[in-house]
Order: sequence, then structure tokens, then C-alpha cells
Amino acid sequence: MLRDITLGQYFPGHSPVHRMDPRTKILLTIGYIVVLFIAEGVAAYAAVLVFLGTAMVVSRINPKVAMKGMKPLIFVIVVTAILNLFYTQGDELFSFWIFTITKQGLVTAIFMVVRIILLITGTFLLTYTTSPILLTDGIERLLTPLKRIKVPAHELAMMMTIALRFIPTLIEETDKIMSAQKARGADFESGNIFQRAKALVPLLVPLFISAFRRADELAVAMECRCYRGGEGRTRLRVLRFSRVDAYGAAAFVLLVAAVVLFDLFGIGVIS
Amino acid sequence: MKDALLRVEDLDFVYDSDRGPVKVFESLSLEIDRGEFVAVLGHNGSGKSTLAKHFNAILLPAGGTVYVDGMSTADEELLYEIRRRVGMVFQNPDNQIVANIVEEDVAFGPENLGVPSAEIRERVNDALRTVGMYGYREHAPHRLSGGQKQRVAIAGILAMKPECIVLDEPTAMLDPTGREEVMRTISALNRESGVTIVLITHHMDEAARCARVVVMDSGKIIADGPPKSVFTEIELLRSVGLAVPQTVELAYSLRQKGFDLPLNCLDVEECAQAVSALFAGRKV
Repeated sequence: MLRDITLGQYFPGHSPVHRMDPRTKILLTIGYIVVLFIAEGVAAYAAVLVFLGTAMVVSRINPKVAMKGMKPLIFVIVVTAILNLFYTQGDELFSFWIFTITKQGLVTAIFMVVRIILLITGTFLLTYTTSPILLTDGIERLLTPLKRIKVPAHELAMMMTIALRFIPTLIEETDKIMSAQKARGADFESGNIFQRAKALVPLLVPLFISAFRRADELAVAMECRCYRGGEGRTRLRVLRFSRVDAYGAAAFVLLVAAVVLFDLFGIGVIS
Repeated sequence: MKDALLRVEDLDFVYDSDRGPVKVFESLSLEIDRGEFVAVLGHNGSGKSTLAKHFNAILLPAGGTVYVDGMSTADEELLYEIRRRVGMVFQNPDNQIVANIVEEDVAFGPENLGVPSAEIRERVNDALRTVGMYGYREHAPHRLSGGQKQRVAIAGILAMKPECIVLDEPTAMLDPTGREEVMRTISALNRESGVTIVLITHHMDEAARCARVVVMDSGKIIADGPPKSVFTEIELLRSVGLAVPQTVELAYSLRQKGFDLPLNCLDVEECAQAVSALFAGRKV
């Protein structure tokens, strides 16, 4: 049941978006988020939507699958919409009892919902098309210039890799310990929240002990394989920018230009 | 002096326990030559794992010296030279795999050594082919069986092009199929690539497949030689709590009943031959 959890989901493929350098994709995603927050008005949002839509089509990710990722976030979206709908001052559209809906409230709510959906879909596209290992590689290399101000880029990436590697192992172990405790009469499923939290103690203690033992053994095994930190280390995979990255960057520049223009001239801005 | 790959000279080792220091070895000496296939046999607490950890400087001698290819393990400058030459495979396959893709894990060693990317790729492919895991190079390690994981761990060591691989009970956590996979892989490595193998084990049948067996008990080497001569020392092995291979056991019991059987049959086929020869001789 717990077996298949990964950090963000990855759908293997060979589309141009998949082949794009992870560094480009990370930077584009960050840029995309910024653009999303400076965008005002229908025209600017339309430009963002066109950009994202094109990226989705090119990546050949099934939109239905992409929508599934949205499910856990529906609650957040709905709450945001309601808050914006009722708490924005402005021209009254209609009201009943203590609730008043204003024109501005309606507009803000719609924009907020669209913004969140665009934000989530955009960032999911990164994890959908980039394998965890490439993602870690990309982050490590993007952080490398920050080594001068003592950001431990390599160590962070190594920790992420090991975490990703051991998540399934530890989940398997949790399953095993749970079965073992259940066989001895432990009850994880009933009682109030405090009783349930207490029931987790006999699960967590052995899990932690074994995790520390694993860490110890892994450290020795890593030393045996001549690990001595990031210095002088080479990599199996070499990251290289290609034509796909240039196309991606060009498309992004167009998006920024369009959004900035629409904002400056107030095109499609509802007031 | 002949150039032994691993040379242990008068090794002392002491560790601190709650009840004061405990001596593990006192003046232990041992030589292992290039290309040998050696089993170090002993039950728990015999010091065999502690000895293994001295071969690539995870543990340093308290007294005496351990030489790897002529380099003393106590010399800190040579640490990575030593570890590159002597690779180590551990008991739990899960706790020695670092990356979440097989080929990335095999690349970990050469990456640490600063090997150029193109050559890493070559080494990874060669190593995975040697252990028969090339078809799994893009798999996630947690989806593999124990035997497969252990072969990936061996490939990870091979990619560093070591002279010697020390395996510390590599089959202890595996099922019979996995054990056979690992034993076959290391035998082939020794035979075909000339890699020196030191197999730490408490399984008699595994030791019987090696060319030389070193038997340890309470930190001392009590027997050292080819399996055919070591395993005939039945009383000695029994006195330290080790069982002999079943075929030897059978021959021993029959001998005590007055049948003239040789004690040095280590596999079933050989034993059957000897028994049938005995009976054929009786008939005539």
C-alpha cells in the first residue's frame, strides 16, 4: 500500500521537454512562477496559459494524469476562492444576510483560482518530466556558484539522493514492523487521535534505531568506495545544454515580453 | 620477498568494551597472494570480520602492520590508494547501495576517484556485464532481489578496478538462489579476471569452493590450506564448533565403522564415486 510513494511523480518519456537540461527546467520554472505573479489581466493570463499549454502538449503528458495531481489541493483552491469572494471590498453585486459579493471580489477570486491552478500545473510539469536523479543533479549544479558563500551544494544533493534511495526501503521496513506489532496485538487504527499517536511509538522506535544502523553501515560502505565529499568528484552523466534548451528559453522570453507589455499598457485588465 | 598482495604481520587489535579492553588478535600473521581465492572461515566472534576490516584500513592495527600491495594501511596518505585496490562488499545489500538507479550506484566509486565521464560509462557497462546485471542498469535497486542487489554491490566495487575484493558474509541475508548467484559471480571473477577474492563466511560449502581456507577461532588462525586438507581435520574443526561438509561427515562416519574411504571428497559427485569405487573393490 505504501510502496509507490515518490517525491513528486515522474513519468518517463523522450519528449523535448524530457530531454531539456534539468538546469534549464528549474530556472524556467522559477521564472514562470515570477511571471505568474506579475501577470495582471486576462490577456497576460492568456499568454501564460498558451505557454503552459504548449509545454504540456510538447511534453506529451496526459492532461488527465496532470489533473489528478491537483486533487489534494482542491481544498486549498476552494478556500482561497471563498475568502477572496467574500472579503474583497468594492461595488456590491448582490447580498444576503451577512454575505456580500462584490464585482471586485468575484474577479479576484477567479484570478486567484486560475493563478493557483497555473502555478501547480507548471511546477508539476517539472517533476513529471525530470527524473529525481537529474533534478538533484540540476539543483547541485545550479547551487555550485553559491559554494563561495558556503552553501554545501554537493552535500545537499548527496543527501537528497540518499533520501530518495532509502524512502522505499524505509517504507518497506515500516510495513514489516507494523505487521510484526499487529501480530502481537498492536492497534493502529482505532481510538482517538492521542491514542493513535501513542500507538505509533512502538513503530517509530524500532524504525529510528534501524535507520541509524543503516546510516552507519552506509557511511562505512561509502568510505570503502573512496567517498570523500564533492571535491575532485566526476559524474557519470554530463549535463549539456542543447537546442531544446534554446527553444525553451526563447519561448520563455516571448512570454515575459508579452506579459510585461500587456501589464504596461493595461491590455485586458479588468478594473 | 615475494610480493604478497595482502600481508598481515604480527597484527594486534584491541577494542574497548564496557568491561575493559578486549584483545581480538595477538600477533596474527597471514599472507594472501595475487589471484588467490581464499575463504576465511569461523563462527561468530572468531574475529574474521574484524580481520576483513583491516584489509582496507577501515580499522587500523593496534600493533603490527597490514600491507596492501606493499603499502601500510596505517599511512593516511595512501588511504585512497589502498581502498581503490581492496574493495569491500558487506552483508546487507540494502545498506551499501547509494543511488536510486543501478548504473548511478555502480558509477559512485569511479566518480569518487575522479575518473573522466566517458570512462566511467565504460567501466559501469563492463562491470554490470561481468556480474550479469547489464539488463537492469536503469532499474531502481529496491525492486531487485537480494542476490541481484548483492551483484550490483559487487559491480560497484568492480568499477573501481580493484586488485582484490573482500566480501564480508555476502550471502548471509540471501536465499539459496541468491547465494548461488553471488558464489558463481565471485568464482567467475577470480577465474576469468584474476581478481583476488577473500570471502569471509561461516558456510562450509561456500568455503569448500575456494582454493584456500583459513580457519579462525578466538582471533587465531587454527588451520590454513586447501579445503581438501583443512576439512579432513574433523576433530579440530569440531573442537571450535564448526561443522564439516556433509560429504566429509559421511566419509568420517563410515571410516569409523571400518570402511576405507578417503576423507577429502568435498562434493556429492566425488563422494558418490568414492563410495561406489569402494563397493566395486569389495565385490571383486
